[in-house]
Amino acid sequence: MTDLSLGKKTSRYRSHKRAVLTRNIFLYIFLTIISIIWLIPFVYLIFQSLSSIYSPSNFMPYLPTEENIANGYPVWTFENYVKLFTDTNYPFWKWYLNTFVISLVTMIIQTVLVLGTSYALSRLRFKGRQGIMRLILVLGMFPGFLSTIIIYFTLQLFHMESNIFSLILIYIASSAMQYYIAKGFFDTIPKSLDEAAMIDGANKNTIFFRIIMPLSKPIIVYTLLISFTSPWGDFMTASYIAGGNPSMMTVAVGLQQMITLTQRVEMFPTFCAGGVVVAIPIMILFFWLQKYYVEGITGGAVKG
Amino acid sequence: MDNREQVLASQLEYLSLSKPQRAIYKISHFFLDLPKKISDSFRRIPSKTRKVKQSAEGVFSSIYHAGKEGDYKTRISFILMGFGLMTRNQILRGSFYFLYELFFIVFMCLIGGTSLASLPYLGQIGRVTYTVIDPDFLIDIETTVYYDNSFTILLFSTITFILILILIFLWYNQLKDSLKLQRMNYIGKKASDKESFKNIFDKSYEKTLLFLPMSGLVLFTVIPIIIMILVGFTNYNSEHMTPTSLFDWVGLYNFEELFASGSASNNNIFLEVFGQVLLWTLVWAFFATFSNYFLGMIMAMIINIKGIKLKKIWRTVLISTIAVPQFISLLLVSYIFSDYGVVNGILTSLGLVTGRGIPFLSDALLAKVMIILINTWVGIPYTMLICSGLLMNIPDDLYESARIDGASPLKMYIKITLPYMLFVTTPYLISQFVGNINNFNVIYLLTSGGPAFSYPVADVPYQVSSTGVGHTDLLITWIYKMTVTSNSKDYGAASVIGLLIFAVVAVISLIFYNRSNSVKNEEEFQ
Repeated sequence: MTDLSLGKKTSRYRSHKRAVLTRNIFLYIFLTIISIIWLIPFVYLIFQSLSSIYSPSNFMPYLPTEENIANGYPVWTFENYVKLFTDTNYPFWKWYLNTFVISLVTMIIQTVLVLGTSYALSRLRFKGRQGIMRLILVLGMFPGFLSTIIIYFTLQLFHMESNIFSLILIYIASSAMQYYIAKGFFDTIPKSLDEAAMIDGANKNTIFFRIIMPLSKPIIVYTLLISFTSPWGDFMTASYIAGGNPSMMTVAVGLQQMITLTQRVEMFPTFCAGGVVVAIPIMILFFWLQKYYVEGITGGAVKG
Repeated sequence: MDNREQVLASQLEYLSLSKPQRAIYKISHFFLDLPKKISDSFRRIPSKTRKVKQSAEGVFSSIYHAGKEGDYKTRISFILMGFGLMTRNQILRGSFYFLYELFFIVFMCLIGGTSLASLPYLGQIGRVTYTVIDPDFLIDIETTVYYDNSFTILLFSTITFILILILIFLWYNQLKDSLKLQRMNYIGKKASDKESFKNIFDKSYEKTLLFLPMSGLVLFTVIPIIIMILVGFTNYNSEHMTPTSLFDWVGLYNFEELFASGSASNNNIFLEVFGQVLLWTLVWAFFATFSNYFLGMIMAMIINIKGIKLKKIWRTVLISTIAVPQFISLLLVSYIFSDYGVVNGILTSLGLVTGRGIPFLSDALLAKVMIILINTWVGIPYTMLICSGLLMNIPDDLYESARIDGASPLKMYIKITLPYMLFVTTPYLISQFVGNINNFNVIYLLTSGGPAFSYPVADVPYQVSSTGVGHTDLLITWIYKMTVTSNSKDYGAASVIGLLIFAVVAVISLIFYNRSNSVKNEEEFQ
């Protein structure tokens, strides 16, 4: 009797295991295909940046294949990178430095403001809290570009257009609008922690810095990342505010003008080199801070 | 009692229906209940007005009490803001109020007063050009002098208006506080600067935290939006460009010009183009938001499955694509899929395509599909990043008990995962939808709005012809073309379209926002 039921169990177990195995194989194949789709354009970017000529019929330009060698194409060259940094028409160094300063300053100030706003809206109870949240929601619905036009005219009055400082101000001023995700995170931290600390005589400032912040590393890292990358990659505001003045441009505006205003095809490899160089700092930042967000930034502060 | 029976009866009726019938029941009842809801909101008006009246009465009565019961210190506060506080040991707070009043008076004398006075005309003399004959060289020297600047007047009037609101608010607050302190002194309690300093970090901590973000919001978002709305009622365009010339109020002219006036054919074309752009904006926002949301969630779920190994690597591969700034990946992809791009190049060299190649981004319909597909390619890693943590938060025992009850994976997804995720992420979804309606980057960098519309007739309104509006243009990129790339620089018309975008977005998102559980049950969730 016992043998029979055990045998039944193992066979069922085996078939279950086989089903799981086939499912996993399918999933692995799926994930591999997805990874390839997501990575291929960037592989292409790197390959293109390392070859001097743009030819659309060649997906992997200038791999040392027989055909390429026969055609006399150069194999692997850093020409584009050299051109990028030395071309006098495009002061890439200057753009890069501008963008770096803007992003760094914005990151530091904006993170403080976003976390403060989210904390106040999530864990403090005061008159007008719902009102502020609704106001921010409504303000977010206006096309931001229209207010950029007005800000530009205003800056023009004070002769502050095409200026790094004005761009930083504009980015920082929108901090309050980005409270959503950090607020969602703070919402998951149990209220009992605050209450216990309050009974021990802590004030709200102490609770914020000593109790909530240490629990919030993932969201701090996420906010830092987002507030660094969004000015780094912002195109619309930067092109409107700083678009006219080549020495005040950011990389986004500069590179876009490089391939749309001039002969596109000729500058494309240089653009790709620019793309690689622009992506490097963020890549470094992402890999450095990886452990904080790979498990998911919204994982909640206190599990269980 | 009667009402309850009715509810019970309708619930029984609902339960007896099959699934599709239930959906139809819900939809039909949503519309059937609309009149009732509207009448309910009308019925609530008296109680709401009563509330407003009560709070207004509260304000006026405390002003009245301050006048009647206040000692000389409180009474002087009516004119000299902060006097009552300063003389009652709250020197810091009192001097803050006083300084604001001083600043306000100086501002009004220097700028505010003149701006408000010229607001009805937006300036009278724009510029005067006169020639002076130079006595030494006998050459005419032309000199231009600028007087009024309509934009400056609009800007400073708005700022003045906001400063007045702040003044009223502060004036009322200091009066109330002064009376409160007076009463406290009467029973022997004293306030000090030290205490109000302490409050910055405790009782009124939210003011400390919100002061800078909110003032940034007012300066860089609220004021520009107010001005933009006002510009919608002016003739601000290339012919009335500051500082060389003035612009003026034109009332509803911009609305009329866009939607009512003009020759019949002219107008039809505008409405047709507007309708198409609006429709595509809505379709795009819908697909872009939900495709990213669901596909990103599915990706996160697949990677979260217990048997799958190398979780970190799969996640890192996807997340590392975020590290490349969007403008680069979008410009790159627009290059790859262009008519003479790599994809067409390879297809041609493989002999699959002859001639011009597949018009991925230059055919109206194909371009729209490609934009949505490319957008999922850009957006899925973000959604995955946000979803994977949330998914891990769902208690395992929910799935366990569902599995014991024999639920299929699909059922578990619909009954457990999806409601939970929607509960937590509705505000995020709404902000994504709004963001997509105003998504400039993806459209502008991929297609720049092309391919352009073509018209059977020559007589095309200039908002359409001068901007080169195209099939993949969203309203926001159309506005960009109107104000930046086209020569007419029609800020008035752009503002009107901006207001229309706002109306559409506001209606849709407020409906969802107010109906979403995460807003209704915020406290419960914490």
